[in-house]
Amino acid sequence: MTPELLLLAVSVAGYTAGALAALAFRGMVARALVAAGALGGSLATLALGAWCLATGATLAFAAPWLPLTGLALRADGLSAFFLIVVGLAAAAASLYGFGYSAQYDGRYSLRLLGAMFNVLLLSLTVQVLADNALTFLVTWEVMSLSAYFLVLVEHDQPGTVRAANWYLAVTHAGFAALIAAFLVLAAGDMTGSFAAMRSVGLTPGTRNVVFLLALVGFGTKAGVIPLHVWLPMAHPVAPSHVSAVLSGVVIKMGVYGLMRVALDLLGGGPAWWGGIVLGLGAVSALLGVLYALMEHDLKRLLAYHSVENMGIILLGVGAGLMFQSYGLPALATLGFIAGLYHTLNHACFKGLLFLGAGSVQYATHTRNMEDLGGLITRMPRTSACFLIGAAAISALPPLNGFASEWLVFQTLMGGALVPRPEVAIGMPIAVAMLALSSGLAVACFVKAFGITFLALPRSTEAARAREVPASMQVGMLLLVGMCVALGVTPFLVVPALSRALAGLGRIPMTPIGFSLHLPFSVAGVTGEMSPLLLAVGLALLGVLTAIVLRLLADRRLRVGDTWGCGRIGQTPRMEYTATAFAEPLRRVFAELYRPTEDLSIDFHPKSKYFVRSIAYRSEVQPWFERLLYTPFLSALRGAAARVRQVQAGSLHLYLAYLTIALLVLLVVARWSR
Amino acid sequence: MTADVMMAAAQGLLALLLAPGVVGLVRWLKARLQNRRGAPPWQPYRELRKLFQKEVVVSRHASWLFHLAPFVVFASTLAVAVIVPVLAVPLLVDRIGDLLVVVYLLLLGTFFLALAGLDPGSAFGGMGASREVTVAALAEPTLAVAIFALARSAGTTNLGEIAARTMADPLSAASPGHLLAFAALFIVMLAETGRLPIDNPATHLELTMIHEAMVLEYSGRYLALIEWAAALKLLVFFILLGNLFVPWGLARALTLEAVMTAVGVFAVKVVVLAVAVAVLETRVAKLRLFRVPELLSASFVLALLAVTSSFLLR
Amino acid sequence: MLLFLKILKAGMVTEPLAPGEPDVIEVAREVETKARRLLGRAVAIREVDAGSCNGCEIEITGLTGPVYDSERFGIHFVASPRHADLLLVTGPVTRNMEIPLLKTYEATPDPKIVVAVGDCARTCGEFRGSYAVVGSVDAVIPVDVFVSGCPPEPTDILRGILIALDRLPKRKGRRDDP
Repeated sequence: MTPELLLLAVSVAGYTAGALAALAFRGMVARALVAAGALGGSLATLALGAWCLATGATLAFAAPWLPLTGLALRADGLSAFFLIVVGLAAAAASLYGFGYSAQYDGRYSLRLLGAMFNVLLLSLTVQVLADNALTFLVTWEVMSLSAYFLVLVEHDQPGTVRAANWYLAVTHAGFAALIAAFLVLAAGDMTGSFAAMRSVGLTPGTRNVVFLLALVGFGTKAGVIPLHVWLPMAHPVAPSHVSAVLSGVVIKMGVYGLMRVALDLLGGGPAWWGGIVLGLGAVSALLGVLYALMEHDLKRLLAYHSVENMGIILLGVGAGLMFQSYGLPALATLGFIAGLYHTLNHACFKGLLFLGAGSVQYATHTRNMEDLGGLITRMPRTSACFLIGAAAISALPPLNGFASEWLVFQTLMGGALVPRPEVAIGMPIAVAMLALSSGLAVACFVKAFGITFLALPRSTEAARAREVPASMQVGMLLLVGMCVALGVTPFLVVPALSRALAGLGRIPMTPIGFSLHLPFSVAGVTGEMSPLLLAVGLALLGVLTAIVLRLLADRRLRVGDTWGCGRIGQTPRMEYTATAFAEPLRRVFAELYRPTEDLSIDFHPKSKYFVRSIAYRSEVQPWFERLLYTPFLSALRGAAARVRQVQAGSLHLYLAYLTIALLVLLVVARWSR
Repeated sequence: MTADVMMAAAQGLLALLLAPGVVGLVRWLKARLQNRRGAPPWQPYRELRKLFQKEVVVSRHASWLFHLAPFVVFASTLAVAVIVPVLAVPLLVDRIGDLLVVVYLLLLGTFFLALAGLDPGSAFGGMGASREVTVAALAEPTLAVAIFALARSAGTTNLGEIAARTMADPLSAASPGHLLAFAALFIVMLAETGRLPIDNPATHLELTMIHEAMVLEYSGRYLALIEWAAALKLLVFFILLGNLFVPWGLARALTLEAVMTAVGVFAVKVVVLAVAVAVLETRVAKLRLFRVPELLSASFVLALLAVTSSFLLR
Repeated sequence: MLLFLKILKAGMVTEPLAPGEPDVIEVAREVETKARRLLGRAVAIREVDAGSCNGCEIEITGLTGPVYDSERFGIHFVASPRHADLLLVTGPVTRNMEIPLLKTYEATPDPKIVVAVGDCARTCGEFRGSYAVVGSVDAVIPVDVFVSGCPPEPTDILRGILIALDRLPKRKGRRDDP
């Protein structure tokens, strides 16, 4: 048995053991065994991915004898990379889940949570290894369904059932598109391996159809605008470690699928493929962060940021597809590398942020930022971890978000090499949208961290918060370490990614080798930077400043009141609120948000000059549901109502249907002889 | 290589030491334009020296972030000062960071300063933080597209390289792309450093403050670090405007006379830009806060025109 | 353009510091030499209106104008007592402003100087005995220099500040120098 198969077997065994333990045991034993199984499985997944990537080994396993569907697995570079993503996020989430699920004991079903969590991780692992259409689709569906059940764990909270229903509906719509795409791609042979699919020659029209279907199908999973509506509904209501896996890994399967189909199976296509993906990415990035700014539910804010970051990933992938069609292989490789790097980084920092938000929810029982505050002194380690996550997602050097965004910028700037006017106009606009979304992300995370953790607590729950259990802290610390490590070592990550992409056979990719600096003379725009030296330099300068200050400056420090123009006391009501913080940006983008405002003033009955109370309510409703989905759904309902008339309820009518159908079949059979 | 490293360190130190003087020069020029004598241009040095000897008073609601932020702001701005081409190009340090790194390092400082504004729980700090990140976010697209314009014509995003290639190709410096990018960057400089017409650095009315409101809680040595970092940020933008668009005078080789010439030319450029800023600040009035996005959109359009013109005129 | 022509035509309007009346300024406490030396050349002033009629404020506002130009002495006004070295207090301390004045004093980092401006700050002036007034400024916070007048001339206020910093030119008739 090869090492790869062994690791895969260990991984599968771990997840299965975890799932069974959830069903067989109860209480803390169940939680511990679930976490152990998931952790073991995910570490094995991580090891498998790392091993395959490092040694270039490919795993091949086929079990056509499995009933109904058979199983065919193969690991190439792309799969290995995504195995790493899965393993990393899952390991941290599993550790965290041990402590976090303690609050579900007795209230919600720990069995469902534990079992479905392991099933989800198992399906994710097998998903990226799938080598034929049927395996791919089956594992995709298992993944979607287990995620659905996980979203439903806290079933009596308001909005959970609605969120789960939306999620199920949209994901199945996408699934239908995927089935269609694979049917066309495989020319009907669903159990043929991907290798066979690569060699099938399709007409350009068919290839376009497959690409568009795949884009819709994988786009619903990835959460690109306008197919993203389920994301901000479903991710907040799921348990936090599940949200971390959902945002960190499950939506990445959309990226994996898109790259697998468009890049590997179809082998690239005309420039407009890349252009569409690029456009969708840019729009998702901007709208995602714009809506995140208006949220004061901590987890919904993070969910919208997932939409934004998926947009950034698609910017890289789309640019790669586009440059490939224009015959710039080096730049195309850079684009794909940037997209994949951001995938890994996003899994790390979004996972970290969701785990942090989960810790906050665990300690204060609320997700509403307007009720939080002052947690930095009450939950110091969680705050520090969340701060690192916030800095990473805001693309601040020298953390990992910056490294991958830098690469995406360099890829887009490479568009200067393409002498076509649409690219010359489009690229600067894409660069501008990326920069704007990145700046707005900074604003959003200053708000998220500042209002949630800093200043005084705005409610008694926040005032009584305490630090979370050790297992939760360790899960977060693991991801913190990865954020920092991935940020300062792009010189290790980029060559590894380049190797991963080289495995994608048919496309000419330029391998990028080891260099202490980030790229590298890619033909076109060159740019160099070294996050490691930057980090060292920053630390050195900071320490130097502190030392010089210690020696030369006065050392006195006195504690006093916050300066408030001499007012008598300070209460939490005097602090800034999340809504107030985002208000300037809400005004600037008012045309987009179209906020509704509702002001009601309660006057004293005797005189209009004395006001008893003022109630102000303002809402920003994303208009996607109103403009896109509601008309579509009502049209669907109208059509369904009309079709329902066929089922009139009369037995005679049904008998008549049967007779007519029989006659038609006889005629057709006679005719086609 | 050691000569390069020492040169980079010397550059950073020179920028650090000159920065308060530049702010003082702008203030002195504004005073003279207001028909009064004003403080001498070296007044900010006296202020910094005094601040370093003053006591620090910290709010009891502030956390460790409040104490950390001045160091992060100072270190990140100083790192930028080391990377930008002050005297000589190209240096090895040029390869550590390019224009994007510079932009994001400045954003790192803004991030921590905004958090420090929220930390003590005062409404002023929150308001200042909210406005500061709004202006910073809206200035980002202009910066990115202006970088794109520069990188496109020079073929690289590394600062020293851009300066070197512009020096080798004098005509490109006069191209419409460059001029438009200069105008766009000038407006962004006013926004990022809190100068009129976006923000009045000398105002006492909290409702009109953007940058100042965030630092109302700081005192003593922390305030000194933040003020110094703000002055350094202004000087960094002067360096970017001067040495990227008009790079002649930069030393190509590390010889004594080249470096001396570079110092002299650098001083001239800084003085010219200081005069420009002082005259502009005297001429214009502060914009309403919600007119600032319009100004920044105008600068964005200029940057976009810069990029498209450099494409069309190839 | 018209603006710059006007600027050129007006020229330098700052007047040299006039000698002023000798007994308008009273030094209540000697400021520590260390504080004087530290703050001598760069002073940040926070103005506190502890209930004044704003007559003194108008004179203080004139200080930053081109004629009196306090900035040439290194004096500038700041927005927060945390940034300040010198508190310029006006007005009889009303009951509502007693605690804010105290809090402003506590919020100012050491070393600090307090200059009380106007007759009201020294003796409650017109408002002495009013139910709304607590007392003169030195009943609430320790004052270093009093500047009398109702309102005092800007020259006197400036001289009061400079005397507190021990920066007043000693020789009569000598042009001020920063």
